[in-house]
Amino acid sequence: MDWQAIWLTARLAFLVTVLLLALGTPLAHWLAFSTRRWRGLVEAVVALPLVLPPTVLGFYLLLAMGPAGPLGRLTETLGLGLLPFTFPGLVVASVVYSLPFAVQPLAVAFAAVDRSLIETSWTLGRSPLQTFLRVTAPLSAGGFLTAAVLTFAHTIGEFGVVLMVGGNIPGVSRTISIAIYDRVQALDYDGAAALALPLLVVSFAVLAVTYTIRGRAGGTGGRDRRSGDGAGSAPRPAPAQRWPDAS
Amino acid sequence: MAGRVLSVDLERRFVRGPTITARFELDLDAGEVLALFGPSGAGKTTILRCLAGLERPDRGTIVAAGRTWVDAARGTFIAPQARRIGYLPQGSALFPHLSVAENVAFGVEGRAAPERDDQVRVLIELLGLQGLEHRRPAELSGGQARRVALARALARRPLLLLLDEPLSALDAPTREELRLELRTQFARFGTPTVLVTHDRTEALVLADRVAVIVEGAVRQVGPTADVFARPVDPAVARIVGVDTLVPGTVRAARDGLATVEVGGRELRAVSDLGPGSAVLVSLRPEDVLLVPAGHQLAGLSARNRLPGRIVSVEPLGALVRVGLDVGFPLRALVTRQAFDELGAGPGQELVALVKAPAVHLIAVGPSRVEAAGAG
Repeated sequence: MDWQAIWLTARLAFLVTVLLLALGTPLAHWLAFSTRRWRGLVEAVVALPLVLPPTVLGFYLLLAMGPAGPLGRLTETLGLGLLPFTFPGLVVASVVYSLPFAVQPLAVAFAAVDRSLIETSWTLGRSPLQTFLRVTAPLSAGGFLTAAVLTFAHTIGEFGVVLMVGGNIPGVSRTISIAIYDRVQALDYDGAAALALPLLVVSFAVLAVTYTIRGRAGGTGGRDRRSGDGAGSAPRPAPAQRWPDAS
Repeated sequence: MAGRVLSVDLERRFVRGPTITARFELDLDAGEVLALFGPSGAGKTTILRCLAGLERPDRGTIVAAGRTWVDAARGTFIAPQARRIGYLPQGSALFPHLSVAENVAFGVEGRAAPERDDQVRVLIELLGLQGLEHRRPAELSGGQARRVALARALARRPLLLLLDEPLSALDAPTREELRLELRTQFARFGTPTVLVTHDRTEALVLADRVAVIVEGAVRQVGPTADVFARPVDPAVARIVGVDTLVPGTVRAARDGLATVEVGGRELRAVSDLGPGSAVLVSLRPEDVLLVPAGHQLAGLSARNRLPGRIVSVEPLGALVRVGLDVGFPLRALVTRQAFDELGAGPGQELVALVKAPAVHLIAVGPSRVEAAGAG
């Protein structure tokens, strides 16, 4: 068992999930509520990693992080050195690659919160930030859960971007998926299976638990995000969900 | 006016839609209740949302108790957080993830604990919500949810209460019960209130004053009884429930009493309009009394006797709406019992009685002449 690769992958996925929830929340909030005309452009940029081949994304990230790229010049100026083929470089690339998996579920969840609840909170003296923390965020708990799980799972499974930006350096950038590829290249099918099977089981288990929790929350109406109007209100259909396809 | 007032003069334009204008005042010290009353889509909610700070008027001003909330020309706009209002959107909008007590406390959470808890406890008691403190909104009945929403809005001791259709989407018994309760609570808290409604009974029971809104503009503002008895134009008359609206001409005017010719008949009305004025005669159906033909009435102050014939009968539960032909079409609303006592049916002859003060004249056309004092 390649514990080094497993530990590296877990660390990477955890860091990327935390970073993406932090960065994705304001971005998703803006996407959910902005009426600006260039909102669509931003949405397209966020969704780009869904359709780009990971090698293309990795190629441009490599250029950007290199000594001639804007990101590379920035990190060198800051005295951080260059990012390609380092663990921090891998984190940055993964954040970009998994961006839609965090932002889209969050944006869908925020947009589904009853507008009148947010407005009522304002009239009760709550600032936009307080309103977000006290109303929008708790009512979007399911969105946060989905975003976290999809980001985590997607980061664990990434391959192309890691290969382009991180290479295959044990302890630095050799994640589980790269290690599996390595074993298969070396015709070590048993070694590959030892890593592949746990990945499959863990991924399935996490998704199964998540969707079961979300399904239950939506079914009873007890903790859903509709505004409470007692028994008199007609049930509203669940908002359309646009989950990104897991690629 | 020496006291504190809310003074509204605003215009809100929509790209694809109507332009909404509103102009009215509200006495804040008297704890007045003003109803924005009109048909659906007239712009009532937009005006309320401008007051709440949830929409920005394109033009005009809103001044509350000497403080400018909105001055479009100067770019002044006070955020909803800073207006000290209690706002109730349509359908309560309770926070589904918070308990009843947490909902009520939502607007006062920042305050010192003893004062806040007292305030919440008192409101829960006053609105009869004891025992429900720990329930979630999904576990409340429609009526209870409205009470919680009202308590939440009142908890901040607002300068102004804004209610959007406070009784909409409730079943009939709950609506009636809550309507009376709202009236009691308005009197108890004395908080000046602007409420939106399209329901006549609601406006009549709840509002001290009414602003009638038709097609995005305030057509008439005044004491509720006044507006309902004396609508200024046909559109308002229809909205306040005047069933009979027929054209006529003032023939004579004397001592504040006008004689109007309508459909070959003469009617006496309390009015200052001069002879020759073209008018619309407006009659509320409940002001029409029906008696059998040939019935002699002693000591009844009804000034107008209109013999005629029944053309239609429409039962409305405890009441009956009767359509008459008295030379012009006239509608009457009488109790089921009174109607049965008449033994009346379509085609039958009888006499309609209408007191002069109940005959309201709406001046139309250019020939409006003010009667010059007593003749």
